[in-house]
Amino acid sequence: MTDATKQAEDKLDRPLGQKNQPKPEGEVARTFRKSKEKLTSPWATAAAIIIAVIWTIPTFGLLVSSFRTASEIRSTGWWTWFVNPSFTLQNYNDVLFGAGASSENLGSYFVNSLVIAIPAALFPIAIATMAAYAFAWIKFRGSGALFVLVFALQIVPLQMALVPLLQIFSGVLGISGTFPAVWIAHTIFGLPLCIFLLHNFISEIPGEVIEAARVDGANHTQIFFRIIIPLSLPALASIGIFQFLWVWNDLLVALVFSGGTADVAPLTQRLGELVGNFGRFQERLPAAAFISLIVPLIVFFSLQRYFVRGLLAGSTKG
Amino acid sequence: MSSTLRRRVLGPAAAIGALSLVLAGCAADTEEPGAGGAGGDADCAEYEQYGSFDGETVEIFSTIAEVEADNLELSWADFASCTGITIDYVSSQEFETQINVRAQAGDAPELAIIPQPGLLQRLIAEGYVVAAPDSVEANVDEFWSESWKSYGTVDGEFYAAPLMASVKGYVWYSPADFEENGYEVPATWDEMMALTEEMAANGADNAAYRPWCVGFASGDATGWVGTDWVEDAVLRFAGPEAYDQWVAGDLTFASPEITEAIELVGDILLDPAYVNGGFGGAESIVSTTFQDGGFPILEGNCSMHHQASFYEAQWGEDVTVAPDGDIWAFLTPPAAEGDPFAVTGGGEFVAAFSEDEATAAVQTYLSSDLWANNRVALGGVISANQGLDASLASSELAVQSIEILQDPDTIFRFDASDLMPAAVGAGSFWTGMTDWVLGELTTDQMTAFIDGTFPR
Amino acid sequence: MADFWTDAFEKFGVMVVGLAAFAVIVGVLLFFADRAPKKGRDFWQLLAFVAPAMLLLLVGLIYPAIRTTYLAFTDRSGNEFVGLRNFEWMFTQPEIITVLLNTVVWVIVVPLLSTIFGLAYAVFIDKAHGEKILKSLVFLPMAISFVGASIIWRFVYEYREQGFGEQIGILNQIIVWVGGEPQQFLQNSPWNTFFLIVVMVWIQTGFAMVLLSAAIKGVPVEIVEAARLDGANAWQQFRNVTLPGIRGTLVVVITTISIATLKVFDIVRSMTAGQFGTSVVANEMYTQAFRRAEIGQGSVLALTLFIMVLPIVIYNVRVMRQQKEIR
Repeated sequence: MTDATKQAEDKLDRPLGQKNQPKPEGEVARTFRKSKEKLTSPWATAAAIIIAVIWTIPTFGLLVSSFRTASEIRSTGWWTWFVNPSFTLQNYNDVLFGAGASSENLGSYFVNSLVIAIPAALFPIAIATMAAYAFAWIKFRGSGALFVLVFALQIVPLQMALVPLLQIFSGVLGISGTFPAVWIAHTIFGLPLCIFLLHNFISEIPGEVIEAARVDGANHTQIFFRIIIPLSLPALASIGIFQFLWVWNDLLVALVFSGGTADVAPLTQRLGELVGNFGRFQERLPAAAFISLIVPLIVFFSLQRYFVRGLLAGSTKG
Repeated sequence: MSSTLRRRVLGPAAAIGALSLVLAGCAADTEEPGAGGAGGDADCAEYEQYGSFDGETVEIFSTIAEVEADNLELSWADFASCTGITIDYVSSQEFETQINVRAQAGDAPELAIIPQPGLLQRLIAEGYVVAAPDSVEANVDEFWSESWKSYGTVDGEFYAAPLMASVKGYVWYSPADFEENGYEVPATWDEMMALTEEMAANGADNAAYRPWCVGFASGDATGWVGTDWVEDAVLRFAGPEAYDQWVAGDLTFASPEITEAIELVGDILLDPAYVNGGFGGAESIVSTTFQDGGFPILEGNCSMHHQASFYEAQWGEDVTVAPDGDIWAFLTPPAAEGDPFAVTGGGEFVAAFSEDEATAAVQTYLSSDLWANNRVALGGVISANQGLDASLASSELAVQSIEILQDPDTIFRFDASDLMPAAVGAGSFWTGMTDWVLGELTTDQMTAFIDGTFPR
Repeated sequence: MADFWTDAFEKFGVMVVGLAAFAVIVGVLLFFADRAPKKGRDFWQLLAFVAPAMLLLLVGLIYPAIRTTYLAFTDRSGNEFVGLRNFEWMFTQPEIITVLLNTVVWVIVVPLLSTIFGLAYAVFIDKAHGEKILKSLVFLPMAISFVGASIIWRFVYEYREQGFGEQIGILNQIIVWVGGEPQQFLQNSPWNTFFLIVVMVWIQTGFAMVLLSAAIKGVPVEIVEAARLDGANAWQQFRNVTLPGIRGTLVVVITTISIATLKVFDIVRSMTAGQFGTSVVANEMYTQAFRRAEIGQGSVLALTLFIMVLPIVIYNVRVMRQQKEIR
């Protein structure tokens, strides 16, 4: 056994080249996470609380406003609510149950949004992880140049890509107005950033680990599944959250590729309509914003444990 | 299948009806579960002329949302069930950009309801819109005035029929306020200015009071309210011919006729003694949303607010809009007494991107008097369709507006900014007005700026 | 309701089928790469890993980018070749100078402030009590849509002139409480650009915080411990251990936020529509190409964006080279 292999085994906490599943990533990370002395001082804590308060007040104001009537919103500030409390659920009622002929109940749009966002977050992450691995660990000519190209593609404004892509979807593939069209579009638009971010994490996995596996006869597919994926789970989780958020809050892509019909259109489309012609029902907007916030928050909290645990990457060299 | 059925369902009662239909295995798409449009059960005799189609779907794309969209769907519910055409209605606030994208990509809807003739004519010029079938043209010849037809016509070929309409240039006021202070509804622009002066003097003891309240803010369309003011002044002072030349770009903004009209508007909007009641000085106009613009009337902080007929819905349910109610409106008065009666207004046009027969049938129905009556009876909107029975309208203001539109003596002109090329009508005209009200551009600088952006 | 559930069931069915189909495609691809003949296996494996991404990008972004470049030389409908006329248009518009300057201000200030706040916050709350809650508070803006964010900030910046009734916006209310004059934050140039930037910083700080916090936790405990035993104080530990340890992530965060800032148009569009001297290149591009149907002029502005991102690309290439050398 070479030194490198031994080192890698120490890192991975298991012998390399075995067929069995790697141990859960948690154990790997945990070895890095002995109790660390607190860096924080009372001043730092105070500063953190000040930032937290400043960042939260605007949203809190919106929350209060969502329980006020249109004329209250218009005539007094939300903070007067503390002196002069009043409470109405009318806005939430309008948003949640205000179904008419053109608008099914909101639940149906929730379903659409989930059906759009789950695959549209998973697809680009999967494809980007593969590409990021190739750019980081497979040596080939032009690798650097190709990666730079992919990374630079982030700047292409997606509005400029709508027409050509829709042409292909409706003319060649005949899938415009369906869920797959929306998934593919989101996947494409998410790829450059996902590849860029994941490349950073994957390329910083200690080289000895991968070298060792290679010496042991593992090919790229095996390395990918046995080393890359387990080790970059925290990165996948955090980037997955961001991709999910972008998709969840997107209106433009969904609108163009879903055709906007109630069968396929996401929540954002319905929330946009709620304001009505000439913005008649502006008071509904705060409530609508909070309703659409629920799912991203659930996703954030449920995935949070993955990324507070820490990323293995970005460590040994500086 | 279930979704098309469900989409037409209105109340819980209807939902139960729909459910029982499904349970009974009666899954025909065309069955109409009691959501009768103009009156109870559908009488299909009226719709026989449009033919019968099975399994055809027509998508209609539009900006119209919420309550208005529900009513729109109701207005063709009977038509759909009798003809067997499924109408998929899609609305979006991003319509103006999306219709371009979809047309260019070859993925256009069958029909689009377009609120700007300028946009319509560009889509026609680019070859996306198909010419209207003869049946539609026959309806338009019968029920609409020449000027309305002309907005849907390019190079002698007729493409798109008008749908609904609105009358612009109303001045909203409180009848109680007027009575209390002895104000009279002005009969000429000069009288309106005299009234403004009188109000300013009377209201001097209330620091927040100004005769007028104005709101320009409207997201990415901020400034359009100002263009409405100028259009009203141009039509009344320069006359309809000059108005048409101005729209066509033959008369520049810097020409004396147009500049005079702009200055007349400036006499109100730029004078801190006259604006902006309840909100602040003239510069507060740009940060006040157009939705909020008129509300200081209710609080007694202003007396007059210039806004189109749609503003009626903005007042809310607890405010009565009637000549003897909380709020009423007069039309912006003419330049001189005895001038021909002229109004500006807006409306939508139905353009087809597909030549199939089901699309033509829907298009024909939407241009008919039958549709106009069905829709207006549901409330909230008006149309310039001559076959419309004005008494069906939902409010006194709507009745009055329909009569204005139907009166053959009325000189009607479409909103100029909607007719102009988008670079001006949805661009420099808006931003120019905003900077002008803020005091960053003089009248001459503004007109030169807008002229410089007019594509010629 | 029964309707709703059958419908939802159907849609989730579509989703499951979609996910399964995707898994099968990727699985088959990797299976064959795994079993590829020894000769040329490296090539086939490389292809299996890179081809899906490259194919999608080629169709969805590279082709549109080329098309946009071509359109920059055409007239408003995109049909007629007009040479350099659109470029001439761009450089003769006085507003465009403001637009370019604004964009430069945005792209310097937003990444800088977001990263500083995000990093400071991540360090301060590291291992603190209630870290999760504190994190989610700053993350929250990230989860709100741009539409939501612009409603929130319109409430914050709302203006009433003094003497014309109560303030509705919290910021002006605070100014009034301390005895100042209320301001039209979004209308008074040039500071209004700064108040729009605040919104973007508010959103992006959460992004910086999440990534940097993860990176900080990745700095090996032993090194920190060693520094501490050497008598380094908190600041020195941060300076000499944490900062070098997260340098790679810092570059990524700054780069990502810079590019997002270059592309920002929702905030500008929904809050000022680019009026009052607040427009930026991306907003101007959107307005020209889509609202005003000037495709040629819009494309020229898109091209300007491509050019503005070049310094960022070059910087990243350099960092990558350095990393390769270390490796």
